[in-house]
Amino acid sequence: MGIKLLKGWRPFAVLLLLFIVWEISVKTAGVPEWLLPAPIHIGSEAYAGWAGFSPHLVSTVKLAMLGFFIGSSIGLLTAIVLHLLPTIREAIYPLLILSQNIPIIVLAPLLVIWFGFGLLPKLIVITLVCFFPITVAALDGFKQTAPELKHYMIMAGATRGQLFWKLELPYSLPSVFSGLKISATYSVMGAVISEWLGAKEGIGVYMTLASSSFRTDRVFVAIFAIMLLSLLFFAVIMLAERRLVRWTNERSEKQ
Amino acid sequence: MSHLQITKLSKQFSGNVVLREFDLTIEEGEFVSILGPSGTGKSTIFHLIGGILAPDNGSIQLMGKEINGKRGFISYMPQTPSLLPWKNILQNVLLGQELHGKKDPERAMDMLKKAGLEAYEKAFPNELSGGMKQRAAFIRALLSPQSMICLDEPFSALDELTRLEMQKWLLSIWEEYRRTVLFITHNIEEALFLSDRIIVLSEKPAKVKAEFNVPYLRPRNESLLLTDDFLKWKRKIHYALTGGPNE
Repeated sequence: MGIKLLKGWRPFAVLLLLFIVWEISVKTAGVPEWLLPAPIHIGSEAYAGWAGFSPHLVSTVKLAMLGFFIGSSIGLLTAIVLHLLPTIREAIYPLLILSQNIPIIVLAPLLVIWFGFGLLPKLIVITLVCFFPITVAALDGFKQTAPELKHYMIMAGATRGQLFWKLELPYSLPSVFSGLKISATYSVMGAVISEWLGAKEGIGVYMTLASSSFRTDRVFVAIFAIMLLSLLFFAVIMLAERRLVRWTNERSEKQ
Repeated sequence: MSHLQITKLSKQFSGNVVLREFDLTIEEGEFVSILGPSGTGKSTIFHLIGGILAPDNGSIQLMGKEINGKRGFISYMPQTPSLLPWKNILQNVLLGQELHGKKDPERAMDMLKKAGLEAYEKAFPNELSGGMKQRAAFIRALLSPQSMICLDEPFSALDELTRLEMQKWLLSIWEEYRRTVLFITHNIEEALFLSDRIIVLSEKPAKVKAEFNVPYLRPRNESLLLTDDFLKWKRKIHYALTGGPNE
């Protein structure tokens, strides 16, 4: 842990340096605040405007978490079905890839037309960006199951179901978690985009309001909030992974 | 009734004949080794018995019941320990039972104790040495509910000293439980030391080239390995295997 903390200071130092350069250049060049606010100004706005901002933050966190949960469940379920039914996999897999090529920005207004301004179109947007990394990661994980373990299970008479639940699924957990980590960070972005469609509150709403009234400092507060949220989601998934998957080291060194 | 009876078993892979009219009979409680150079159909025989492959011809009968192409009738120990990395040793040795019904952790603990693994029941496979992993894998095979155990070159990946340790250990455990064992190896000494009967396979297509009844009484111990008689037998089997000068 101590070593990790020591290593962790480097990105912070770079970040700090970046902020300092930013602050100094804005101040010396005399850039107006509505064009590019200085970091200290953004910080004080975040502090002063916290009461107004926090309900938006909470709303986005809730939306992102719900969307992430639904999206990853659907993603994992899709992977399981596609893995167990190879003929369906061949038919569906290309469509899944295509689904990722639909520009969300174009799709989102359509979803509002179809489903209104409620929760549903927002969840669809988040699910669309969340499920794919998990499906791909889980499918790869299932496929990469160590052949010698599979051979043992088959020789020992495991049924198709046993082979999946007792071997392939637990073996794929590290892969599933790398998918979850990507999706967790996407889910925050997905939530913000879905809020642009029209919502009462949320970071997306706050952001649109701020930018249309030239409150650039608030736009930056929102940007940093999104970044921090993504990091936080990522960290939570990483902690969960560390508790659930204790055997990744062994996998890399092989039996 | 014989425990396992294989008659006129043939198998070919896209024209490449691996096994032709292979016959083998194993009695209940017998320890039989199949000896053959690598690349012969040794593993194919196991895959056929295990039901992963279906034979082109012939029949495999276990206790008088045909098991051609049916899985789950034998207990198996592969070349690599193949323990599941996320299960601890106790859970791992119970895996064979888990696949076919009820688990018996007490008996498993008992056997782990006999294998000198009682301190490792909660340990994960990556914390164990190669020999310990193989012991756990063998206990898993012993605990599996099927009556016949098939061992596929289980010690070939171990170093010489560990291998001898493992052979002695296997022998002591087996002499206590007397399960029917079919053992595949390419090591003459190992086959002689462990088994009641040795089947020597020919090159492809694999056929029974020679068969030896090993005369040594049980329990056997290590000193047997260096007796003149043992070396004489070793020579004899070596010649049978390589087709060298007959006696």
